[in-house]
Amino acid sequence: MSDESTSLYAAREPIFPRRVSGWYRNLKWWIMLLTLGIYYITPWIRWDRGPSLPDQAVLVDLANRRFYFFWIEIWPHEFYFVAGLLVMAGVGLFLFTAALGRVWCGYTCPQTVWVDLFLLVERKIQGDRNARKRLHDARWTPRKVWLKSSTWAIWLLIAVATGGAWVFYFADAPTLLVDLVTLNAPAVAYITIGILTATTFIFGGFMREQVCIYMCPWPRIQGAMMDDGTLTVAYRDWRGEPRGKGLKRREAAADLRTVGPQIGGRAPAIPMPGVPDTNTGVTGPGDCIDCNACVNVCPMGIDIRDGQQMACITCALCIDACDEVMAKVNLPRGLIDYVALSDAPREAAGGDPIPAWRHAVRPRNLLYLGLWSLVGLGLLFALFIRPEIEMTVAPIRNPTFVTLSDGSVRNAYDVRLLNKQAEPRQFLLSQSMAPGLDLDIEGETGNTVTVPTDTQRLVRVYLTAPAGSDAAASERTDVRLWVEDMASGERAHTDTTFNGRDLQ
Amino acid sequence: MSDRRIDPVTGTETTGHSWDGIEELNNPLPRWWLWAFYGTILWGVIYVILFPAWPMVTGATKGVLGWSTRANVAAEIAAVEESQAALRASLTEVDLRLIPENEELHSFAINAGAAVFRTNCSQCHGSGAAGALGYPNLLDDAWLWGGTVEDIAYTVRHGIRNEADPDARYSEMPAFGEILTDEEIATLVAHVQSLPSGQDPLSGPGGELFDLNCTACHGMDAAGMRELGAPNLTDAIWLYGNSDEQLTEVIRYGPFGVMPPWGERLSEAEVAAVSVYVHGLGGGETQVGENDVPEGAGAIDAAPSDPDEVPFPDEAGDTGGEDAAAVIETDEAATQ
Repeated sequence: MSDESTSLYAAREPIFPRRVSGWYRNLKWWIMLLTLGIYYITPWIRWDRGPSLPDQAVLVDLANRRFYFFWIEIWPHEFYFVAGLLVMAGVGLFLFTAALGRVWCGYTCPQTVWVDLFLLVERKIQGDRNARKRLHDARWTPRKVWLKSSTWAIWLLIAVATGGAWVFYFADAPTLLVDLVTLNAPAVAYITIGILTATTFIFGGFMREQVCIYMCPWPRIQGAMMDDGTLTVAYRDWRGEPRGKGLKRREAAADLRTVGPQIGGRAPAIPMPGVPDTNTGVTGPGDCIDCNACVNVCPMGIDIRDGQQMACITCALCIDACDEVMAKVNLPRGLIDYVALSDAPREAAGGDPIPAWRHAVRPRNLLYLGLWSLVGLGLLFALFIRPEIEMTVAPIRNPTFVTLSDGSVRNAYDVRLLNKQAEPRQFLLSQSMAPGLDLDIEGETGNTVTVPTDTQRLVRVYLTAPAGSDAAASERTDVRLWVEDMASGERAHTDTTFNGRDLQ
Repeated sequence: MSDRRIDPVTGTETTGHSWDGIEELNNPLPRWWLWAFYGTILWGVIYVILFPAWPMVTGATKGVLGWSTRANVAAEIAAVEESQAALRASLTEVDLRLIPENEELHSFAINAGAAVFRTNCSQCHGSGAAGALGYPNLLDDAWLWGGTVEDIAYTVRHGIRNEADPDARYSEMPAFGEILTDEEIATLVAHVQSLPSGQDPLSGPGGELFDLNCTACHGMDAAGMRELGAPNLTDAIWLYGNSDEQLTEVIRYGPFGVMPPWGERLSEAEVAAVSVYVHGLGGGETQVGENDVPEGAGAIDAAPSDPDEVPFPDEAGDTGGEDAAAVIETDEAATQ
């Protein structure tokens, strides 16, 4: 019944992007250098925190549950900083997508950056587009084996380095490197490197655009987050169509130049493509010379002239490719360019392009920017008001109070003291607001507690109200517990309550 | 029905399938996706062979690897027990009074003791150790049989007024209902109630009755006697309450609170741990009692001043436990 020739599955069509140069290509080289540099170098930056703490600037210490970032140290209970950064990343993606479309995909996504790097390797070894294409189609000769295997070998080296760099974020990098080389590192390090090596090698070398099209959810999400005011890579079809090439085209253009009116100072004086000229009635050719440069450089293997499409990661290489060609044929740049959909009717009617910044500065983007800044400022604020002394107080509720033999009433509190500094600190505990209450610490003779370096200590604190005192006789009395750093004199307090005897 | 054509809107070929005019575009899945699908099937087969998978009547198939979550948990428990063996051993070897000097051992004792307490003691003394009517509050500073860590350990080990352990702490308050008249009991109740506010135990309306019947155990000063577990009657703590009815019942029938000998059920290390835990609940006595502690305690006091000689294993597996035993032997020698 069904047609046998209908296949439900399609093999990947190999793509051989051509080398291109231009403004966006240069920008992408610099971004690649920056992002890869950050990724590979960060774990090796040292940061002195004193003798008892790690000296790695960025370290996720899972075993001790600490996150170090230069001068910032985050404890597990401060995970809201990480949550805040994730919120910022989310809102930041909203902002960039609303303003510039899939700029993340095109410039900074690891998949894009590593594919770019792998393509560079491939091109250096096997040559540019046509050479690679020929090599791909050629029979397996020793030369082909050599070229292919050396490409793969370098990819594999990059992949190992990628997986290798990742584990350095979780342990002291120099020590771990020695351990890795001498085969003394923990198994989880090798497993992690193995998995990341495999994903880097396969995704960057062989899956490439398949990852973006079939595996990544982001393209689908972004469809919902872009609107017609979003700047995105697009083909000015109103300028380019009808496309054509060769002698015929030049002749038509020459004819039209002699009769066509000047439009908005834009050269050359060709009537709007596809629109019959009011004077001559002649329909001129578009600016697109159908050279396929934009298709040949596309790492996704698509034709941007088909319009916006899910497979387009807006890497902007087609803009560079087209600009190069436009310069050669003496036409203005920007046939393929960052354009908003809302520009189409306006420009098609002969209006001037709207400058990019006016697309970027619009209420929606400003709202996202405001939200993003708000979260960021909130985090910074929270970071700077982080107390040097932290104390939490949990009153013991089972029982709420204890009567002692002399009739006095005692309450107990579990007090947790945090010492985030690189040396042990001695804290003095005291109470205010309820005169006459005695403070004692279980197991300590005085009212001082020493908390070791970079750790927390739980102590049980007793407040005792003498028999007959107000606090002993009333059901609840407000109490303020103070903790003071004996060395620096810094103080912090927590309010709690004292439960007296319920006299009914 | 099979009528393939190019869909004019999308430019995509249709599969030729049409249902009431609704057609399907032919957007083929990538072939690697199919391979991935086959891969998961293959993995499923391998998994079923390697790991427990098929439910049978009495259990699941074992799998070639013999992997079992229960065995893993058992192994983890065994590993923890093994890692704690040295600590557990030193709990039984070290003088209980010295445990707070060693942070690691103390922390271990407190946490282990808390677990023992929740399992075995909380039924009577409450999960917060606050006790109940007839069951002593372990948080306060009043102790019937003594509040040093060794007193507590003895009480835990042998219990109170039980018949199972010949070494159990024992005493018995007579049922004065058979000895005294109701009026005399009422007079004594009023007398006892007035003791905490400074009433001289031997004078006043009930003074003579108290002198004749109560001082043998509770003392001339009514401050109790720990050897007999007789409570202090001048303090603010009343195990059986201090209302007229409660005191009348206590005097008339005599209380007989029983505690089982936990030494039979708990290991010596657990007894030590729970004793240290209870001692640290806020009422523990650090002072040496009159006659229940060896005079050799002087040697113990000296020990902490020289940390190197504190008889604890610094690390698990250390042989420090033997040193500790040696110190205790010295103490005993000093007593004799």
